[in-house]
Amino acid sequence: MKALRNYLDKIKPNFEEGGKFHWLYSTYDAFETFLFVPNITSRSGVHIHDARDSKRTMIIVVIALLPALLMGMYNVGLQHYMAIGQEVSILTNFLFGLLALLPQLIVSYVVGLGIEFAIAQVRKEEVAEGFLVSGILIPMILPIDTPLWMIAVATAFAVIFAKEVFGGTGYNVFNVALVARAFLFFSYPTKMSGDQVWVRTGDTFGMGAGQVVDGYSGATPLGQIGVTEATNFSEVTLTGITGQPLSISDMFFGFIPGSIGEVSTFAILLGAIILIVTGVGSWKTMLSVFLGGAFTVLIINIFAQNAIMEVPPLYHLILGGFAFGAVFMATDPVTSARTEKGKWIYGFFIGLMAVTIRVFNPGYPEGMMLAILFMNAFAPLIDFYVVDANIKRRLKRAIAPSATNNNK
Amino acid sequence: MANLIKIKKGLQIPLLGTSEEVLRGGVTSEFVRICPKDFHGITPKPLVKVDDRVKAGDALFYAKDHEEILFASPVSGVVTAIERGEKRRILNFEIKADSTIEYVDYGVKNVASLSSEEIKSSLLSAGIWFLLHQRPYDVVANPKKEARDIFVTGFDSSPLAPSYDFILEGQEKDLQTGLDALAKLTTGKVYLSISTKTKSKALREANNVVVTEFDGPHPAGNVGVQINHIKPVNSGEVVWTLNALDAALIGRLFNKGKVDLTRTIALTGSEVKQTGFYKMIIGTELSSIFNNNVTEGISLRYISGNPLTGRKIDKKGVLRAYDSQVTVIPEGDDVHELIGWASLSSKRYSAGATYPTNKKKYRLDARVMGGPRAIIVSNEYDKVFPMDIFPEQLIKATLAFNIDKMEQLGIYEVAPEDFALCEFVDTSKLEIQRIIRTGLDLLRKEME
Repeated sequence: MKALRNYLDKIKPNFEEGGKFHWLYSTYDAFETFLFVPNITSRSGVHIHDARDSKRTMIIVVIALLPALLMGMYNVGLQHYMAIGQEVSILTNFLFGLLALLPQLIVSYVVGLGIEFAIAQVRKEEVAEGFLVSGILIPMILPIDTPLWMIAVATAFAVIFAKEVFGGTGYNVFNVALVARAFLFFSYPTKMSGDQVWVRTGDTFGMGAGQVVDGYSGATPLGQIGVTEATNFSEVTLTGITGQPLSISDMFFGFIPGSIGEVSTFAILLGAIILIVTGVGSWKTMLSVFLGGAFTVLIINIFAQNAIMEVPPLYHLILGGFAFGAVFMATDPVTSARTEKGKWIYGFFIGLMAVTIRVFNPGYPEGMMLAILFMNAFAPLIDFYVVDANIKRRLKRAIAPSATNNNK
Repeated sequence: MANLIKIKKGLQIPLLGTSEEVLRGGVTSEFVRICPKDFHGITPKPLVKVDDRVKAGDALFYAKDHEEILFASPVSGVVTAIERGEKRRILNFEIKADSTIEYVDYGVKNVASLSSEEIKSSLLSAGIWFLLHQRPYDVVANPKKEARDIFVTGFDSSPLAPSYDFILEGQEKDLQTGLDALAKLTTGKVYLSISTKTKSKALREANNVVVTEFDGPHPAGNVGVQINHIKPVNSGEVVWTLNALDAALIGRLFNKGKVDLTRTIALTGSEVKQTGFYKMIIGTELSSIFNNNVTEGISLRYISGNPLTGRKIDKKGVLRAYDSQVTVIPEGDDVHELIGWASLSSKRYSAGATYPTNKKKYRLDARVMGGPRAIIVSNEYDKVFPMDIFPEQLIKATLAFNIDKMEQLGIYEVAPEDFALCEFVDTSKLEIQRIIRTGLDLLRKEME
């Protein structure tokens, strides 16, 4: 540790004003503060500070994402080996998923952080940590067979046009990871939806080569509901990729085709617990998304005309990206409503919109992404009205006593 | 029975180094320094020259924009230096103090028989008007403006803060005289706030004032929070604020007929070997209570005041005008902590639950613990800001200096100290007190 510190001190002059690597100062600073807590002491105001900083906050979110990520990796392998009709160990399943996902994570981080570092340098700012979370989120909300170049393009687009043009982490209007997904969804719809993208049927670096079994279908449960011709939901049987019927527990624990992060509601709830216990994620937002979703489904159920409208609340909440969006996307503090009352409204409408899109627009079996992006745009408006109530109260208070004074 | 107001939001930072309630004696120093910077909102114009002799109570300087506001010398002696800094701004007046202090005689007065104007002019001419602050802007009160009400806080809830009960022992009469004088200064009321822990009868059963009891964590003792809960300041209104210790100093002027700015101060902080209380006049050098009484071998931060709002001083620094507390904590610039963001160390303290925390007390140093960022986390400030104000929105409006928005969001009700806890918990490590101070100063320039 001492040697490392000495080494950093030794090379530091090269990066400072006048040094030959000054154009890399932000990069140096990012690594230095990553390794050591900066020993800068307070110059004004409070003399002591809370130990929590931006790095700690982001790392907690990353930790909260790990259960969903690991379950997702396992499920990638599970679905793959089911598709080619092989029975393998849990470890092999996991390893396949890890190998499949690793290049995507690396591409997303390298592209995103590369842009962040460069822009921080141009602005002479410290590198913000926001992308540590976005970088892991982007592969998690994409189908496993998304080509790497698409991830690179979408990440670059999202980081530059959804975040940096607005001023960087803390100033963006839309959730960066969702913008990346939306970009791909509208640019390359065939690669982002349908029955062919959710399960990797080919091999990964030579691992798990095989022929797809007869009767294979890669449709997600939500996709199946979307295209069903049955008139009653009770007639619909949701099936896995080899035609086996799916139980509620399969859907809850995540043994179904889907994006890597969203399949296991169980793992997502573990993440939610981490976020809520540490106070990093707002339980109000999470709860209100679920409430909004459940409320809307119940209303739709009453007026149900077809199978889609009859889908009970539980299915909506555990299928697709609903839970993942509620826990990890809606709670993004920058793009969410920032007032506490506003969070209730914001979350409720996300749930409402997501279900509405799912049920009434068969073209988009997954409504969560659009619902959150839509409410991102409305979050400032919600806050405006919450804050305005406070302003009005203050004005009223000011008018009341002076009016009585005039009467004297 | 006093009205009870419960404060739920806030934070009591569990720091090591609370002062033992023992009076360790009086402290004097050869040189006494008065720093005009303490008196926010005034531009000092000297009334003395180097080598002039002054008595305790003689004016050292006056306020440029308010010639009637004089500032008393706390001791008698010879002015040895008027130190100036950038732009010839006066940093301090240094006086070589006599061993026995000679006081200007202002005459013992019975407050009950004095008019409002007489009390005002007594305070102004004795040079202790500075004890009164005003909202809006949190500056030395403008004597030409009517105060709607006067708010006196009877307890300090800041971290490591001394108990007013203990300090006020023996000053009960001065306190009551002070409160009586204050009552004459306003056509409104004098509100005295006490804590549920307050035992002192002089506070609990004070006459001539409206006593309100507060229960809850810091910043319940901040006068700003109390005003917001009792009777908020509206646009165009002015209220005056002070603490009960300063009210007692005002009472002392009338009871003794002289300017006696002796304070009982607590020596606190994790790096102090023997904590305790000392009696000293403001401006007294503190080195004698620091010598051989602080941790050696590490760099230290000396603070006149508490760790949230106090001023950084050096080892030879003096007791600043408004402070009843001196704190010593580690500076921390010699600490290189590896991979702090992954730390599970029990030495780190966080108000949130992102670190494992237990109920023990902490030894915190002066490190900022992170780099500055944009405001990212929401609801962080609200949790420690028990006023009917949206702190984040107000801070943003102040940064943008959007006067309309600042007014609408309640800038007139706040002082920088009200944001101290926001600054402490801030993940984005912004200098919030400085932001608010600058905003208030600019606003005052625009408005007055």
